[in-house]
Amino acid sequence: MSLARYFAQHGSEILQSTGEHLWLTVVTMLLAVGIGVPLGILVARRPWSSKPILGGANIAETIPSLALFGFLLPLPWLGARGDRIAVAALTLYALLPIIRNTAAGIKSIDPAVREAALGMGMTGRQILWRVEMPLAFPTILAGIRVATVWTIGIATIAAAVGAGGLGEYIFRGLAMVDNNVILAGAIPAAVLALLADLLLGLLERRVRPERRKSRRPRPTWSGTGTAVAAGVVLIALFASVGLAGCGGDRAGTVVVGSKNFPEQALLGEILAQEIENRAHLRVVRKFYLAGTFICQQALLAGRIDTYVEYTGTALTAILKDPIEQDPAAVFSKVRQQYQQRFNLSVLPPLGFNNTFAIVIRGEDARRLHLTTISEAAQYTPHWRAAFGYEFMGRPDGYAGFVSTYGLKFAGAPKILDLGLLYRALLDREVDLVAGNSTDGLLSARDLTVLQDDKRYFPPYQAVPIVRDETLARYPELRDAIAALAGKISDAEMQKMNYEVVAEHRDISQVAREFLRSNGLG
Amino acid sequence: MTSSSDRSGASANSISKPVIEFRGVEYRLADGSQLLANFHLAIESGETMVLLGRSGAGKTTALKLINRLLEPTAGQVFVEGRGTLEWDPIALRRHIGYVIQETGLFPHYTVEENIGVTPRLEGWDRARIRHRAEELLALVGLDPRAYLERYPHELSGGQRQRVGLARALAADPPVLLMDEPFGALDPLTRVEVRQEFKQLQSRLQKTVVIVTHDIAEAVDLGTRIALLEAGEIRSVHAAGKFLQSDEPLAAAYVAQIRALQPEGEAS
Repeated sequence: MSLARYFAQHGSEILQSTGEHLWLTVVTMLLAVGIGVPLGILVARRPWSSKPILGGANIAETIPSLALFGFLLPLPWLGARGDRIAVAALTLYALLPIIRNTAAGIKSIDPAVREAALGMGMTGRQILWRVEMPLAFPTILAGIRVATVWTIGIATIAAAVGAGGLGEYIFRGLAMVDNNVILAGAIPAAVLALLADLLLGLLERRVRPERRKSRRPRPTWSGTGTAVAAGVVLIALFASVGLAGCGGDRAGTVVVGSKNFPEQALLGEILAQEIENRAHLRVVRKFYLAGTFICQQALLAGRIDTYVEYTGTALTAILKDPIEQDPAAVFSKVRQQYQQRFNLSVLPPLGFNNTFAIVIRGEDARRLHLTTISEAAQYTPHWRAAFGYEFMGRPDGYAGFVSTYGLKFAGAPKILDLGLLYRALLDREVDLVAGNSTDGLLSARDLTVLQDDKRYFPPYQAVPIVRDETLARYPELRDAIAALAGKISDAEMQKMNYEVVAEHRDISQVAREFLRSNGLG
Repeated sequence: MTSSSDRSGASANSISKPVIEFRGVEYRLADGSQLLANFHLAIESGETMVLLGRSGAGKTTALKLINRLLEPTAGQVFVEGRGTLEWDPIALRRHIGYVIQETGLFPHYTVEENIGVTPRLEGWDRARIRHRAEELLALVGLDPRAYLERYPHELSGGQRQRVGLARALAADPPVLLMDEPFGALDPLTRVEVRQEFKQLQSRLQKTVVIVTHDIAEAVDLGTRIALLEAGEIRSVHAAGKFLQSDEPLAAAYVAQIRALQPEGEAS
């Protein structure tokens, strides 16, 4: 599908996300100005406060955004909603340029002006509001401009914690292996950044009436908007093209990858230890790659040698084939196609099937006597639902799911990060979510998986995928990995996931115990 | 009080009570260095007191003690009989006009708004402020219609200084403090603005304290001249007799300036 068509079809949806993005930005900037300007005034007036305040803002700036979102997740009120986390983190980032420019703007005021103001009998507050703030305003505005443009750029990452906005498309596109979807987020974000830069730039020139004739050089920040806009698009393009050629020389080592959720890291670790123990090769771990798309690209480019994929995902997301229900047929088709098209070997399934699981609270299931999705259909119009990005965008996801079962929900489904889905369900923010059948919480909490009685969800058997090139170089690898075939059951996977997710156990330890108990370690 | 005998009798009744008085004032910085010591000076109503001396003699420090931009570390400064520390500093400053060399005009205000600062703080209405600004501009020799709407950066140095003076006079303060008011102007403009001010002062009869290092200015404008050196008053002279004074420091000062004068006039 062409990009233009994608935009045409999803226009209103993209517009709504743009609105969310703008909302995040506006709320962030209001807070950042509300906090940053007074702090900047303090820095200008009280030299002792300069080091702690500017130092603190500088440090905040150095925390990688995803890490910062992560730190805020467990906080009581903030962590409860994605947009709160996003606004808090974005505000922290926006502070530095605002504080710095406020202080600089005030400090650069001619001392004679301040002396005259004082000598004429202005109070401290009058001097601040009638003299210092108006004179520093153009400089403060320049700071706000930079901060706004940054915020629009960084806000795309906020989608990772379910804050919505245009980042959703970028994440969804990465997961779905679809450039159009990535660009549906990246282009509006870039346009927003450019527009904000332009408008604030115009305003900035407007508020310098007294400088009309003095022809000062334009403020140095004016390139920021363009840079951020270009950055957002470039990153999206790089991601979609796949950064080729950073494989480098790694004789005697095998690189194991994984996607960015715990089960994948566990499988990656099991694979890695198995290779270390049986094939005696050095293993480099590159876990938590951002989704199917990135893993596939990394595999093709040789940045990783192997990772565990799910047959249904391979069939629909990578091969773009229609959904099929028979596990054996799907597996053989995927194996054949991967071999032909990509020179990738699909090894025998590990055993479990990680399909989508439609999950409701156990009490609801008991009260309404529900065991299948069909039975639930009569209640869903009163239910709120939440799904992950992948589920919303994938061909075997949301659209087919609701039409197969004829489902309606109360309002548009919420889009949440996988990690937040169950919390939202247990906190009664939503009533139905699509999780994964191997999620650890399913056995540990009072949750019920509704049976897919119409067999809508295709099989998602876990299969290791390895580069042919790597297998040719290290033939011992095939046997080592094949030894894992059929060894991990659904229950086993749920249990390991629970140990890692809920009990915070070390992944490598859980993997080691699993291998030992199966006589593999 | 030789000078007061030259004056009209209008201010005669206030001679007994100085408008500004320094009594044993000392001013030290936090690091202990002394900028002003043993400072005694009484300034009468309607007179123009010149504080004359080299850079660093303490002239500006003395001036800022009057409107409490600085506070004495010992002794007291009285304004209209009240110690400056007893005054509300804001009320004190609005009672005193203040003109500085760099003018300190607000660059984001028009001429009218600059002149209207103190009246606005005092709660005057717009029409009254406008009227006052027009009146004052005419008084300092600027055409109100041409200048009211201009910004400071659109004025020449002399025009800026005139607006600075008009601003200081806006709320009609009885006392005017001027710190090198004509120091930034070129020699011709300086003489011109000075003459205008002299005429103005003969009409307004404010109590004025001027800081300068320019003898010609001191003699031309002053009623009396206080000669400062190293933070102390060395002598006080009637302005008319300063050039003939046989007090050693004054004589030496005059002699030095005389030696430079041809050059000074050439520039």
